[in-house]
Amino acid sequence: MFYREAGQFKKTYAADMAVFPILQDRIGLGIILFIAAVVIPLTGSTFFISSVMIPFLVFSLAAMGLNIVTGYTGLISLGSAAFMGVGAFACFKLTTSFPNVNILVWILASGFFSAVIGALFAIPSLRIKGFYLAVATLAAQFFLEWCFVRIPWLYNYSASGAIQVPQRTLFGHIITGANATPTTRYLVLLAIVVFMTWIASNILHGRVGRTFMAVRDMDIAAELMGIRLLPAKLTAFALSSFYCGVAGAVMVTLWYTGGEASDLFNIRQSFYILFMVIIGGLGSLLGCFLGSALLNIVPLVLKYGLPSIGIAIASETAEHINHLLVGALIIFILIVEPHGMARLWQITKQKLRTWPFPY
Amino acid sequence: MLYNILIDPFVQMGASPDLFVQTLWEGLVSGVLYALIALGFVLIFKASGVFNFAQGIMVVFAGLTLVGLHEKGVPAWIAVLLTLGVMYVLAIAVERVVLRPLVNQPDIILFMATFGLTYVLIGIGEFIFGGEPKQMITEQLFLPTGSIDVNMLGGRVTFQKLDIAAAVIASAMIIGLSLFFQYTRIGRALRAVADSHKAALSVGISLNQIWAIVWFAAGIVALITGIMWGARSEVSFGLDIIALKALPVLILGGFTSVPGAIIGGLIIGVGEKMAEFYWGPLVGGGIENWIAYVIALGFLMYRPQGLFGDKIIERI
Amino acid sequence: MKRNLTLSALLAATALTMAAPVQAQDSVYVPLLTYRTGPFSGSGVHIANGMRDYLEMLNQRDGGIGGAKIVIEECETGYDTKKGVECYESTKAKKPVMYNPYSTGITLQLIPKAAADKVPVLSMAYGLSAAADGTNFPWVFNPPATYWDGASVFIKHVAAKEGGLDKLKGKTIGLIHLDAPFGKEPIPVLEALAKKYEFNLKLYPVPAAQMQNQGSVWLSIRRDKVDWIYNQGWGAMNPTAVKEAVKNGFPMEKLVGVWWAGGDDDARAGEAGAKGYKTLNFHNTGAQFPVMQDILKHVVDKGLSQAKKEQVGENLYNRGVYNSMLIVEAVRNAQKLTGKKSVTGEDVRRGLETLNITEARLKEMGMEGFANPMKLSCTDHSGHNKVFVSQWDGSKYVKASDWMDPIKDVVRPLIEEEAKTFVGKDPGWPKRTEACDKAA
Repeated sequence: MFYREAGQFKKTYAADMAVFPILQDRIGLGIILFIAAVVIPLTGSTFFISSVMIPFLVFSLAAMGLNIVTGYTGLISLGSAAFMGVGAFACFKLTTSFPNVNILVWILASGFFSAVIGALFAIPSLRIKGFYLAVATLAAQFFLEWCFVRIPWLYNYSASGAIQVPQRTLFGHIITGANATPTTRYLVLLAIVVFMTWIASNILHGRVGRTFMAVRDMDIAAELMGIRLLPAKLTAFALSSFYCGVAGAVMVTLWYTGGEASDLFNIRQSFYILFMVIIGGLGSLLGCFLGSALLNIVPLVLKYGLPSIGIAIASETAEHINHLLVGALIIFILIVEPHGMARLWQITKQKLRTWPFPY
Repeated sequence: MLYNILIDPFVQMGASPDLFVQTLWEGLVSGVLYALIALGFVLIFKASGVFNFAQGIMVVFAGLTLVGLHEKGVPAWIAVLLTLGVMYVLAIAVERVVLRPLVNQPDIILFMATFGLTYVLIGIGEFIFGGEPKQMITEQLFLPTGSIDVNMLGGRVTFQKLDIAAAVIASAMIIGLSLFFQYTRIGRALRAVADSHKAALSVGISLNQIWAIVWFAAGIVALITGIMWGARSEVSFGLDIIALKALPVLILGGFTSVPGAIIGGLIIGVGEKMAEFYWGPLVGGGIENWIAYVIALGFLMYRPQGLFGDKIIERI
Repeated sequence: MKRNLTLSALLAATALTMAAPVQAQDSVYVPLLTYRTGPFSGSGVHIANGMRDYLEMLNQRDGGIGGAKIVIEECETGYDTKKGVECYESTKAKKPVMYNPYSTGITLQLIPKAAADKVPVLSMAYGLSAAADGTNFPWVFNPPATYWDGASVFIKHVAAKEGGLDKLKGKTIGLIHLDAPFGKEPIPVLEALAKKYEFNLKLYPVPAAQMQNQGSVWLSIRRDKVDWIYNQGWGAMNPTAVKEAVKNGFPMEKLVGVWWAGGDDDARAGEAGAKGYKTLNFHNTGAQFPVMQDILKHVVDKGLSQAKKEQVGENLYNRGVYNSMLIVEAVRNAQKLTGKKSVTGEDVRRGLETLNITEARLKEMGMEGFANPMKLSCTDHSGHNKVFVSQWDGSKYVKASDWMDPIKDVVRPLIEEEAKTFVGKDPGWPKRTEACDKAA
């Protein structure tokens, strides 16, 4: 009914292989982008933009990074927060050392530093598999976290060890630091996320992505088919770290105004990102957004939404219930649909296509 | 530089053997305690293939329940029994609500479900007992306090009675569990399940029952771990981070091996204390946190399935 | 994506309804960023109780501050920076008079935001030490003393016990600290003092994940034959440190904690062995002061508090009371300066800068002997006020030294220098434009 494709003919192979072959999807995407880029900045309150949308986008980007290595390549990584940290510190060092170069350039460039470090820690992945590899990536997490605290050069020898991102501008608008309005920061972030998603979609639908998926489904078979495993796995880790690194860079520049590593890039953050990927859907770009939305927004609705509709609960009780509900929700979603919310959406879509006559 | 890394630490070891013995002892004790946490992981992984992330919070939860009940006026030994009861109910609930509907799902999904469980347990624990850390009821549980000082090797070596007790209890528990697995009917059923779910089902072993039992066993291990760590520090929600220390122990020893967990625990415990004590000052200290993983990674490069893990056989 | 949008819409709606401020009568809105959950809740609960109860007591007894009712709202941060910033964003629209972030991470986030949003941040004896420089940080206050002052008082205490500053030469002094910005704060001052007085400084970092597992750190302390230890720890790190010190036979009277390492639970953990443990302090413990009796009478006995009766008077509870006293005095001061009852954040910033709590005022508030007079100024946002050493007598903390001045001639130049480097490279850092008031 809503997804009636009748009358949409594909005249070329290219059209048939498109990422969004159905017209309604393309319209839907357009509407979502319109809402995100125009409606939200115009109507959203400061709180909504700065505490809901910005974290949502940052974590979507980080989740995308993790999804590349975990969802598409099948290698569980528990070090994503540390790779975010590499990006964040790289961006901070770059922009304080070369203040004249545009911050956007440095945000994207910091991803490369992260990619190199990520590939370095990926070397054992050829021999180690499954949960063993997951635990091995924890070595990266803890080691890098230690480096962020112990190498004063990284935070420009500030006594507290915290970094403070200086004010930078883009086309005359202030986009980082405390004087940047949430709307500006949000729009810049949105542009970065859309751009990065587009790139990711292209990479993952192409040869590289297919290589990843072959490795995920069975690496020995992939090897027999002529895929060189080590380069494939290293690329996956590098690409994943690149995305995480950019996510970390935007986290300290566009979301926070700086911060401290042990606080922002700790092991809990790594787990949190893994949550999003699994809840959202492994191996799905849409899943990254869904997972990030669920885990960022549900706690906020519980904490701030309930009191405003008249259910008054003490702040810490809300926090307890919050934990309980988030936990229960995770288990519930996994039971209902172990492949995450992205799969739920696909099923819904399928139903909508045939509704009201499924047979 | 090289001298500092390669020679000086050993010179120090020789120069003050009492400190060396003390460090070794500290390492062994924390190794035993890591092994205890790892044991909880291994039990569950062996029987159900679930990588139970919630083991850490189960430790906190068990300790908290025990102390919380005691605070409410329940005598210590009844509190222990009640806590065991709570852990039993938890095991049954986990089996019913989480494991049963998720049977046959990929490992990572079950892993994720235990994340959910972690959150639920944090929520319940804080809701009922509050977030404040609590003192472990060491004396009421007849755990010894104080220490034995031994003058040896030209110095003083201190052995905490509590640490000795921890080592004894942990060893007793490990032996008990091995005997249980080796000789009882349930133990054999459990090993059968670990080998093959289908084969076990076909000879009439109830998977659900076995799962409830291993989760309960892991709950008991968690309670004991909670008491021990609680007595060394305090019972607080910060304690669940200690459980992460069990992870290098696991990759070192293998996810499926009980002796592996113990030997892995000891290697990691001693290794990290030695590294921190003798090599830490060279780079500013605080390396204890990641050195365990580096040790484990080093071993993994030679044996990707851990020291005692089942050999991974891959077929197409 | 649809689900995402409906959720966002719902949230947008709630956010909008929340933004509408309710101000029927004269009131001041004081959001308290507290943490009663999370790994650090052990200390957070007591502070939160103390802060809330004092404000509640004023509401009950006097009907607020100078006729304006105090609207108290607690926002749970769980000591988590993300949640803390959310709390800030969500309460910002309701015209708060000031923020008490209660975590170094959150403080660091709020420091630049405060200037942009024109709300003062009161990080009482925590946060960024360099923020004591009012010229570069007009919106941030950290009275009555910074971590750097604390470290210098510790050195003075050591000197007093050893028999003079010249006796420090050749002594080994250790700093055991949480391996995070909070823990690393005192290092620059201790290094400067080590150079000046020629003692050896040893650092013992404890990573957050190792807080409850400090065996090797204390062995190193034993190996290095450390004479005095300064403990810059928080949460579960403190009771563990006390226990380990007892275990390793370190003399308790030579283990001195920063003021945050002075929870009653921290010392209680060491049982009998912890007797003699010291901590810095800037207010007294106990419930014998008139102000505490008022809290008991108007709040606790009426069942309006979450604290147990016996917790009133404990060190961290009193810390919360002291913190709230600063809030209230700043607001009162602002009311005096502006002549209005419902003051704004901008007024309260002026109130804080002219804060001058005299002996007479303390007596008026029923805090005689509880706290020491203190004073702030436009350039000095911390005051570098006097601090003393408390000692655990086995069941409570008792005053164990006189009030001591920090070594200001070492600390102050360091602060100004660090403040410059902190804001130095940022073209967007606001230059101070706020005028300086005469004391009211």
